Amino acid sequence: MKRYPMTLAEKILAKKLNRPFVEAGELVEVPVDLTLANDITGPLAIKIFESTKIGKIFNPEKIVLVMDHFTPNKDIKSAEQVRICREFARKYGISHYYEGGNCGIEHALLPELGLVGPGDIVIGADSHTCTYGALGAFATGVGSTDLAAAWITGKIWFKVPESIKFVYYGKLKPWVTGKDLILYTIGDIGVDGALYKAMEFTGEVIKKLSMAERFTMANMAIEAGGKVGLIEADKRTLTYIKNRFKRAPLVLKADKKAKYVEIREYDVSKIEPVVALPHLPSNVKAVKDLSEKIFIDQVVIGSCTNGRLEDLAIAAKILKNRKVNSNVRCIIIPATPTIYYHALKKGYIRVFIEAGAIVSPPTCGPCLGGHMGILAKGEKAVATTNRNFVGRMGHPESEVYLAGPAVAAASAVLGYIATPEELGVK
Amino acid sequence: MDKIKGKVWKFGDNIDTDVIIPARYLNTTDPEELAKHCMEDADPEFSKKVNKGDIIVAGKNFGCGSSREHAPISIKACGIACVIAESFARIFYRNAFNTGLLILECPEAAKEAETGDELEIYPEEGKIINLTKNKTYITKPLPGFMKEILEDGGLIPHIMKKFKLQ
Ligand code: SF4
Repeated sequence: MKRYPMTLAEKILAKKLNRPFVEAGELVEVPVDLTLANDITGPLAIKIFESTKIGKIFNPEKIVLVMDHFTPNKDIKSAEQVRICREFARKYGISHYYEGGNCGIEHALLPELGLVGPGDIVIGADSHTCTYGALGAFATGVGSTDLAAAWITGKIWFKVPESIKFVYYGKLKPWVTGKDLILYTIGDIGVDGALYKAMEFTGEVIKKLSMAERFTMANMAIEAGGKVGLIEADKRTLTYIKNRFKRAPLVLKADKKAKYVEIREYDVSKIEPVVALPHLPSNVKAVKDLSEKIFIDQVVIGSCTNGRLEDLAIAAKILKNRKVNSNVRCIIIPATPTIYYHALKKGYIRVFIEAGAIVSPPTCGPCLGGHMGILAKGEKAVATTNRNFVGRMGHPESEVYLAGPAVAAASAVLGYIATPEELGVK
Repeated sequence: MDKIKGKVWKFGDNIDTDVIIPARYLNTTDPEELAKHCMEDADPEFSKKVNKGDIIVAGKNFGCGSSREHAPISIKACGIACVIAESFARIFYRNAFNTGLLILECPEAAKEAETGDELEIYPEEGKIINLTKNKTYITKPLPGFMKEILEDGGLIPHIMKKFKLQ
């Protein structure tokens, strides 16, 4: 039989369709393994779903509803949105409903609970659903209508994407993390550099990255316009999903001769800790190349991009026995209750409070300018989040600088954007 | 699909969903309410100035950012009949069709149109005429599947129709 070499994205889709191969450009309809909505997109999907009067969900076990954006509810309108989701969950027997003390930021929570795994097809009414690509899942963001339709049919249509392969090699410099790698990549290809395409992250550096850093990289595929950001499942992935993921993982690898529209290689030993300047994630510059000191008013360490235990560990290392600059509000947001718990046990939370930081309950909060740290006119923030669009964290004339947890924490101490080296942390 | 005739409102590259509808207004799904804040962070007066049947023309990667369907909904609810751009972000592209907002990818027409120009659009043929500049552009025909969705009035009516046929 003739063999058709396939990319990882093509492999997953072909396998789900029980076909020997699929090709980029084809329109396919695939069954979904999991669907996700939150307190912003959920109510709209519910409204659409109920308007059909079909009244039957294809499989309530495959729906996850996470109330993370404006929770704990910031105002009456937000509380009403959450009420709609809660009542819907009760009505249809949806057990994966997360709101109170069991609730965290969706893209940190789902992998942690083992709800997603290698080879899955996941759609979420949230653009950062691509995070699960770090586990080797074909996971992508859709709108509320797509989601409501999938609740009815259990399926979703896709155009099989073309793929770009990103190969990372060399030795990482101190304080350079997955966040710096992905920002650097987006800076290189631009915010539409991977439009409609699958991004495949490979190479010796990716193999050595922690799962947390892999999640960070896959999370930001959408910031380059990508449909999915994929990393092949390996030993580290399987260790991570052990005792979490209940289904059989589908571990697939790209074929050596697969067709890529482009292959880009990066020698990471040349990459420094970076920031993305306002107002695009692609405005990337090495911190040490900033021409002048950029003084800041706020630091946010958290979000689905960098709110994991490993990120908090880096922040704690830098903030230990130091003080947050008196001109800066430093807000630290563990992404899930479990992360919060471990951060507490490891003593990080104590370090943060002693340093004068604010520790927030798990929430998206300021990441999308929702609550818990909104910027005033003219204020500047360094954030470990993923978007720095106009008005993203508050006033349209405020500014967000994206960075990894190391730069964010060092900046919190110094009061201007800086690396830990400038602070003298080894 | 009927012919569309309207005035152009021109925007640049990478108009993101936070600009189209800022997150601070996302605690509602009411189209009228969302319409009031459409494009607010790019042009605070936009929703007041726009007339029914007008056309948004933009550069590359229109609608990038979040998956919020509130974005195409707010555009449609404030009376915009069509968005023409050099390219669209992929989730926005899906959402526009799914919610029945007509969008057309046409780099030349998008580059050359200016605010105030009058356009005539024939969606079926993918033909765009800039009446002010006296120029005609032809875009790629819509994929058959997408046209079916638009013709049925969005994804949900499309699925309902299929369900009834079964
Ligand atoms: S943390 Fe930010 S980017 Fe992530 S899901 Fe929440 S709002 Fe979206």
